[in-house]
Amino acid sequence: MAKIEDYAQIIGQSSIDDLRHIADRLKGKSVQQINSTAVGGGVAEILNRMIPLMRELGVNTKWDVIKGGEQFFAVTKKFHNALHGNKEDLSDKDFEIFLETGNKNASEMEIFGDIVFVHDPQPITLIEKRSGNKWAWRCHVDVSKPDEKVWKFLENYISKYDSAVFSSPVFSHKLSIRQFLISPSIDPLSDKNIELPQETIDQTLKKYKVPDDKPIVTQISRFDRLKDPVGVIEAYKIVKRHIDCSLVLAGGTAADDPEGQLVLEEVREKAGNDPDIHILLMPQNDIEVNALQRASTVIVQKSIKEGFGLTVSEALWKSKPVVASNVGGIPHQIKHKFSGLLCNSVEGAAFSIKQLLNAPSYAKKLGENGKEHIKNNFLITRQIKDYLLLFLSMYYGEDIVYL
Amino acid sequence: MRKDIIKAKEPFRFSTRLHLSELTGLKAKNLREFLRLLKTVKGSCIYYHTHRYLQQHQYLSPEPPNDFAYWVTKSLNEDELGEMLASIDTVQFSTIRQLREKIISTISGFMKAHPTSRKKFADEGDEFHFIKAISFVIPTNHIANDLKEFADILEKITIDSIYFHVFEARLRLEKGYNDFSNWIEKSVGDIELAKSISKLDPYTFTLDDLRRTMIMMIRKRIK
Repeated sequence: MAKIEDYAQIIGQSSIDDLRHIADRLKGKSVQQINSTAVGGGVAEILNRMIPLMRELGVNTKWDVIKGGEQFFAVTKKFHNALHGNKEDLSDKDFEIFLETGNKNASEMEIFGDIVFVHDPQPITLIEKRSGNKWAWRCHVDVSKPDEKVWKFLENYISKYDSAVFSSPVFSHKLSIRQFLISPSIDPLSDKNIELPQETIDQTLKKYKVPDDKPIVTQISRFDRLKDPVGVIEAYKIVKRHIDCSLVLAGGTAADDPEGQLVLEEVREKAGNDPDIHILLMPQNDIEVNALQRASTVIVQKSIKEGFGLTVSEALWKSKPVVASNVGGIPHQIKHKFSGLLCNSVEGAAFSIKQLLNAPSYAKKLGENGKEHIKNNFLITRQIKDYLLLFLSMYYGEDIVYL
Repeated sequence: MRKDIIKAKEPFRFSTRLHLSELTGLKAKNLREFLRLLKTVKGSCIYYHTHRYLQQHQYLSPEPPNDFAYWVTKSLNEDELGEMLASIDTVQFSTIRQLREKIISTISGFMKAHPTSRKKFADEGDEFHFIKAISFVIPTNHIANDLKEFADILEKITIDSIYFHVFEARLRLEKGYNDFSNWIEKSVGDIELAKSISKLDPYTFTLDDLRRTMIMMIRKRIK
């Protein structure tokens, strides 16, 4: 795993020195981070990388994962969809299950952090264990138009925290506590983003039987309705009328997502017998995801809702031209026609994919600009800096803090 | 012949400024609400929205479009007002209060001249969200005792540090002068160089171009 000094080659030694300066100011404080899954999904992925780097900087931080059964995760999946604004059939029993698991975790988990940093709704009720320490709640979900019932339920807990953190200003709500804007990030030195030899890329294509004799359009995402894989196939079919290309839909399912299998079946049905559509249900294999992204001519992220959409940052970091929905955190990563193309419909996605396939020099320029934007704003070192400042902010109230 | 390097009376210690964005929960969907909030939000909001582009998109263009100009153009389709706001010459203001007043007078003047502008609304989800900058100022280990050391350090410090000494010190901390010029004049005694650096309009450079330009000016001076 990369060491903090390894990032100096990308962001410069002085930026690493800055991180050390801030980390020094947190000496003597322990930071406990809590979420609901150790593998799968963007949150676990970033914590897996971030915790060791924070420790290397001298921050005393530990990561704990709550426990939950099948029923609990079925309910939290409903919460997740409802927070995205979908109509979900949530019964009193569902809320009971949520609270029961919350209570069980509260009684079993030791809370020791001077600062407790809770990620997403699943562990939110742990705040009831608050005892004089500082608590922050990190929302990774697009809650711009949440189902009122679920939001109100969660708000009772959110208001007991010291601070809340959102990925986009449009996700913020009127709250009685301080709210911060912190974008998520990617790790340029992780297996998913590191430079790969051509040989690895070729081997991956061979393994998944994806020929490279025609342009490859790819969406890497969990098989989840909110990622609209069916919409991607529809867009591909429009493109295919004019340009011979293949489509790769690749992803796995997260441990806390019981719907994945169902969506995968819908996708397979939609793809029919088209030999140029490659649906790859992949186990967690970051090198292979990296290789597929690097092998792609155009990368698509046609989400209907998106907390942030880290796959867009991953693609841009590889200087790939990207077509992505104008939702959630995606417009923060893509300035339309400058660092990628934004779309609002299947037809719009298809039109943009066609444009990029037909104009490689334009596509190249968008990809290059995209990489620069990610380097400046969406790398893990920037997020570590923001989190350390967030922790410090819990001890200061001023707008200008001299450390 | 190489000039002797003058040792400064006081060394220059570089600081850096790191910022955290705090959401205020305040949003505007039309010019009337926008103007009302512009009058009452904290100065750190005005600062954030007029300077964010410098750091987040510093590689893109030397002209930093401010968030206010961007929103009225993109979300309210008021291109003329957008252009007027984007053209505000930030460098001529030495306090956030003055800059705020200029923004307010530009918008209210436009609303008077174009009464129909009051009837335009941003789409749902496209409202203007006011954000404020929380700045953390941290001293670095870089200390310059003369102009040569100063230029050498300028080469390697972060753009955050340059940003702090040039933009934040001058406007947000209301020093009216950038820290570099101040030190070069008071401690090194080179008034001419201090003035030439002070005369630069930093808003029309990318941060890296600004760094290069200042290094070039200093090196030329001590050659």
